[in-house]
Amino acid sequence: MSNATNTAGAVAPKPAPVLTPGREVWLSLRSNRGAMAALTIILLTVLCAVLAPVLAPHDYTTQNVDIALTPPAWDEGGSSTYILGTDGIGRDILSRILYGARYSLMIGLIVVTLSLTVGVLFGLAAGFHRGTVDSLIMRLMDIILALPSLLLAIVIVVLLGTGLTNAMIAVAITNIPHYARLTRAAVMNELTKDYVVASKVAGAGTLRLMFKTVLPNCLAPLIVQSTLGISSAVLDAAALGFLGLGAQPPTPEWGTMLADARQYIDSAWWVVTFPGLAILVTVLAFNLLGDGLRDALDPKLKR
Amino acid sequence: MIRFVIQRLLLIIPTFLGAALLSFVLIHAIPGDPVQMLLGEKVIDPTRHQELLAQIGLDKPLPVQFVNYIWHVLQGDFGTSVQSKNSVLVDFFALFPATLELAFCAMVFAVLFGIPAGVLAAQRRGSVYDHTIMGAALTGYSMPIFWWGLLLILLFSLKLDLTPVSGRIDLDYYFDEGTGFMLWDSFWSDQEGAFTSAVSHLILPTIVLGTIPLAVIARMTRSAMLEVLGEDYVRTARAKGLSGFRVVGIHALRNALIPVVTVIGLQVGTLMGGAILTENIFSWPGIGSWLVNSIYQRDYPSVQGGVLLIAGFVILVNLSVDLIYGLLNPRIRGRR
Repeated sequence: MSNATNTAGAVAPKPAPVLTPGREVWLSLRSNRGAMAALTIILLTVLCAVLAPVLAPHDYTTQNVDIALTPPAWDEGGSSTYILGTDGIGRDILSRILYGARYSLMIGLIVVTLSLTVGVLFGLAAGFHRGTVDSLIMRLMDIILALPSLLLAIVIVVLLGTGLTNAMIAVAITNIPHYARLTRAAVMNELTKDYVVASKVAGAGTLRLMFKTVLPNCLAPLIVQSTLGISSAVLDAAALGFLGLGAQPPTPEWGTMLADARQYIDSAWWVVTFPGLAILVTVLAFNLLGDGLRDALDPKLKR
Repeated sequence: MIRFVIQRLLLIIPTFLGAALLSFVLIHAIPGDPVQMLLGEKVIDPTRHQELLAQIGLDKPLPVQFVNYIWHVLQGDFGTSVQSKNSVLVDFFALFPATLELAFCAMVFAVLFGIPAGVLAAQRRGSVYDHTIMGAALTGYSMPIFWWGLLLILLFSLKLDLTPVSGRIDLDYYFDEGTGFMLWDSFWSDQEGAFTSAVSHLILPTIVLGTIPLAVIARMTRSAMLEVLGEDYVRTARAKGLSGFRVVGIHALRNALIPVVTVIGLQVGTLMGGAILTENIFSWPGIGSWLVNSIYQRDYPSVQGGVLLIAGFVILVNLSVDLIYGLLNPRIRGRR
């Protein structure tokens, strides 16, 4: 035991600061103002989501018809108690948006995790077993890609039944092909390299080759795609919510809030404006970060 | 070239079969009894139930049913709508022109603004123009278009009273079913103001549906332009003393447009998906709102047929783009 610790300890101290891949990406990302702004916004959103019970000035479910459609604080007739105003049944919009951040981030993470996992497995299988397995998987991916993603998501939700969980599954399925294709392309590229051949000669089995040898070297495009995937997941899930097929009221999911708000469009602009603004800012931040990561991870594309 | 065409044609068969399988599964996985769904609230005795089940062919094994389904589809029989009692194909093509018109206008809008914006950004790389255009493009790309539509209605229709809120034309105008393309029909009708009314109804939906393609095209044009502007032949053209406009507008743009054309083709899928949301917001009587309504009404034959028809349309457009691309770029043809 002590021996093991010693060896590990002996390796750890480095003579000079070595530029690890992670550090290199971070340095490149840090010099990108857009990406840093995006990262700040994302961290703030996460903070809002985590601290929603502390930050929210009101309970997000409490209804009070007496104060229904109170305008935001700076507008005529607004009150500083309800900074962003209240909705049609008197719920505080700011509190609902803060809680909504939880849903959107959760949707983004779960959808990306699901589609990334399945997509990578498909991509690895296709890349390693060229031939029937490859054709089958890639044809299936082509079919998914041939359908407009929102249409496919709607079909799947109709199949599974409406609701947030099913909406997430639907959006995840429509996103699988992107990861499968990226993984397959990267795997095919890596398989020709010497280190893979060396590992094979050394007797590594297929599973070891897949997950330990090849996959870590295919991560860069997957990281970029996952970041961009969060934004499209948030957007698609909100669209399903808006159509009444995703999260159901009274869930404070931003798309669902917008569907609810439509009927007040000619009387209360704030009910319509703020949930959508929240979606836009979040999606924009993830897209901006994804672009930044792409620049950082792919030196060929660097300006 | 013939070999290339045949290859592409063969490739769409599994894709189409897959889409058909998906829409087939759709009707079979939905909970509830299909016979009861057709009858509505009526009570039925078990023997009659069996007969009806046999009548619509639902008593056979699933693979047989699937083959039957494909057979019917190939003959143009997409089923009968529970709601309208019409053939789904008839319902679909009655509304399809409205969606096509909107999608076409959105695409024209996106191309008309997207390409010049991308060229300008590439040409003035790093300038305020570049940053502004790319910032706007990224915002457009991230836009929840259903919210964007509501905002535009809020501003232009309700606050400024410039454009109508919904529909394709004012209810004052009426003309017989022509081509189904409102711009065309109203232009050739002798009713004064009909065309203007149709145009004013189209403006906001066009902007909403065109926003994401516009952003994608602008970004693509910029990066394609940047690549081309670094090529030797552009330097040669400059060295020959050609005007900046000739170099950028003729020499560079022509080559930069090849990837842009592909991206434009790929946006057709996005447009069909976006049409579902846009039509929903503007009560645009196209296949998008029809499809969503069919879902709400549990009119599954319509949903099934509609999904397959839209998928078929997108597959065909993508195929045409592939073929045109092969025609434009000989290098693609030889690749296998």
